[in-house]
Amino acid sequence: MYAKTMLRRPEADRLPVPTALNRRDILKAGGAGALVIGVLIRGGRAYAEEAAGGGKAIAPVAGDPPRPNAFVRIAPDNTVTVIVKHLDKGQGVTTGLPTIVAEELDADWGQMRAEFAPANAQLYNNTDFGPIQGTGGSSSVHNSWTQLRKAGAAARAMLIAAAVDEWKVPATEVTVEKGVLRHKSGKQATFGELAAKAAQQPVPPEVHLKDPKDFTLIGTKLHRIDHIVKTNGTAIYALDIRRPNMLTAVLQRPTRFGGTVKSVDDKAARAIKGVVDVVTVPQGVAVLAENTWAARQGRDALKIEWDDSKAEMRSSAEMLADYKKLAATRGSIAAKAGDAEQALGSSGKVVKAEFTFPYLAHAPMEPLNATVERAADGSYDFYAGSQFPTIEQAVAAATLGVTPDKVRIKTVWAGGSFGRRATPNGDYFGELAAIMAKTDQKRPIHLVYTREDDIKGGRYRPMFYHAMEAALDTNGGIAAWHHRLVGQSFMKGTAFEPVMFKEGVDATAVEGVADMPYAIPNLLVEWHDAPSPVSTLWWRSVGHSHTAQAVEVMMDDLAHAAAKNPVDFRLALLKDHPRHVGVLKLAAEKAGFGKTMPAGQGQGVAVHESFNTYVAMVADVTVKDSNVKVDRITIAVDCGIPINPDVIRAQMEGGAGYGLGAALRNQITFDKGIVDQANFDTYEPLRMSDMPVIDVHIVPSAEAPTGVGEPGVPPVAPAVSNAVFAATGKRLRSLPFDFDSLKGA
Amino acid sequence: MISLKINGSTHALDADPDMPLLWAIRDLLNMTGTKFGCGIAQCGACTVHLDGQPVRSCQTAISDAAGHEITTIEGVNGKVAQAVQAAWQELDVVQCGYCQSGQIMSAIGLLSQTPKPSDNDIESAMDGNVCRCATYGRIRAAIHDAANRLA
Repeated sequence: MYAKTMLRRPEADRLPVPTALNRRDILKAGGAGALVIGVLIRGGRAYAEEAAGGGKAIAPVAGDPPRPNAFVRIAPDNTVTVIVKHLDKGQGVTTGLPTIVAEELDADWGQMRAEFAPANAQLYNNTDFGPIQGTGGSSSVHNSWTQLRKAGAAARAMLIAAAVDEWKVPATEVTVEKGVLRHKSGKQATFGELAAKAAQQPVPPEVHLKDPKDFTLIGTKLHRIDHIVKTNGTAIYALDIRRPNMLTAVLQRPTRFGGTVKSVDDKAARAIKGVVDVVTVPQGVAVLAENTWAARQGRDALKIEWDDSKAEMRSSAEMLADYKKLAATRGSIAAKAGDAEQALGSSGKVVKAEFTFPYLAHAPMEPLNATVERAADGSYDFYAGSQFPTIEQAVAAATLGVTPDKVRIKTVWAGGSFGRRATPNGDYFGELAAIMAKTDQKRPIHLVYTREDDIKGGRYRPMFYHAMEAALDTNGGIAAWHHRLVGQSFMKGTAFEPVMFKEGVDATAVEGVADMPYAIPNLLVEWHDAPSPVSTLWWRSVGHSHTAQAVEVMMDDLAHAAAKNPVDFRLALLKDHPRHVGVLKLAAEKAGFGKTMPAGQGQGVAVHESFNTYVAMVADVTVKDSNVKVDRITIAVDCGIPINPDVIRAQMEGGAGYGLGAALRNQITFDKGIVDQANFDTYEPLRMSDMPVIDVHIVPSAEAPTGVGEPGVPPVAPAVSNAVFAATGKRLRSLPFDFDSLKGA
Repeated sequence: MISLKINGSTHALDADPDMPLLWAIRDLLNMTGTKFGCGIAQCGACTVHLDGQPVRSCQTAISDAAGHEITTIEGVNGKVAQAVQAAWQELDVVQCGYCQSGQIMSAIGLLSQTPKPSDNDIESAMDGNVCRCATYGRIRAAIHDAANRLA
């Protein structure tokens, strides 16, 4: 779901023409004085459900589920609540999506609220993905844009109709501004005052969407909706869920991927004060206790014998050797134009390079966790920072032996994800459900990961090896490019495989190479799967997290070989890609790219599109012996219409920081199948002293908006790598950077 | 029984004296503003004040915390705390927000000791607080902003 193949671009919905609405596409229901508007996504079932559920107010209290398919709720207290179908794990969708609604509604920003939607694919489908509800691929704003504009515009029209009814004036004479409706006679009313009456109005057959030039909120600085609750300790994350009589569970997973439990001696564990139960599930052995401390002590006291007969037993060096062997053979073809092999054989200047990329943990600040509680009627409530609610609902239901409608998912703030909370098999929900099923189910259970569980727990960005050869033509362009990638597919064997595989190639493994924008007449891209019991997953920017480094460092090598300025060299090959050109020129200009730098300093550039957002970066570095300090990163981003420029800047800052941290020193390695790293002392995150000054520039655009959560990651490593080359003449190709190789530079 | 004074209130706990203060606060007293991030004092998410000094509650046994004034994010007050929180809000520092209780507790500790910190002072005081969203630039700016508010 992160790949472009699933990201169908919407029609450019930016003209101020009245947008025809199927009457049944807009749903409304009044009740308890609230106006509720939703846009039907597909089919008639949601409408029927909405009608059947009509009249019940969406109470803003925990435990009371919001009514299905309501995107907008206007309450008598004058708050406007947007039901957000996506998880906010920091990227700011609970600010961005309400901004879209508020804009079309002409609401005041201060009256906007956000609430996470329940699990229901019929109602809260991600329209980029297919029939599931989920967050990823930087798709939240992109797939909600039209949906929420219509929802906001319809609510506004119904409020006006209510005012017309009340005031007996023509609709054309009613104005709406900052949450207040007015008539020239002096009459005025707030949204809250008219909410009940508006709910009685017919749904408009068509709505008029604003001309972007009339936007008053979109494109302006608005505070994040969560800027207060996240600074005073009151924001509730999944780890903060407390249910009456709740047990805390920690799970001892196999020490090697692919291992299983052979035998368990839990006598010592059960003797720990506070330990209540020890249960064995397919995923490992769980200790349930009165609190986290007791649970952890109990787990430390377990004696488990593992069956490693099907486990990964290799060390990292052996894996890499296997990858290199594969790379010496033909792989499945991901892209082909002309005859790259023939052209390479007959070209003059050929550049060869190889890159290795390690397994990477996501390491969100809040470790994975979820709580389950069984209700008196045999249904279940799950509390989590749920990123794929409908998948997790299905997995939990199947494990607990109930139908999905018996599983409610209550989504709360998530302390980061970077891809980790979204899994094709709902992994930690499955673990929790399996543990619950092994108990008498009388007490709620909170399954928590420790940091060690997180770092050692797999679902890593896969290890990759790239072998490349490219040749210049006589005009300073690129004659040929041959690229082989070896790395594990995390799509294979999942429900996503049929969609993500194209002619035997996992699109997420080769994205960013197979579809690179540069004009290259002879191109061959091949991929080998490298299966292993080690579990892997998308990691912020997915395939782009390695392909951008390989492509953009190779481009720098080629520019150098052609004795060209790296920006000019790229521009000449990007003639049909104006948005790449736009960000590249802007970043270069703002950074003063090409200026003379003192000895030991250098600038490097990279440009990369991911998830239909275009980002260019220029890194300024200072190198002293083998110490590299990244001083500044100048970023230009084109993500279509900028909804909230400050959130865009924040995501560029954060994306660059996340990518930089990994490039500087993160890797998961194996010693005979055992992960070497365990916590933040051995998997060291970026710290404040590593953080460069970041300067973000947003390209003005009238294109439909696209996401910003991931696209800030890919260009940072190659920009830094190219800057180090400019400073030292030495190449840092593989990640994490081998700074020792710079000694004596 | 171990007696802990947290945010001005005294709590008597029947718990393992070696239990880290973090788990007593979060699991026994259900005050969840203080976060668990690593458990080995490498990330600072669990930072609280002990007699006004920032400490990592994941590495502070409750037996060692007894007899001291413990302050958590829920209990901070005074002009330094207000200035820090206002600066955090004004600059929209937070993303996922999970580390920010700890960041704010460290920042309050810094500004209480050093009202006009340099960039180096800020790095020294804050380098132990990890933010995986990499909001570091804004944290630095917010600390300067808070210092200006207090000046």
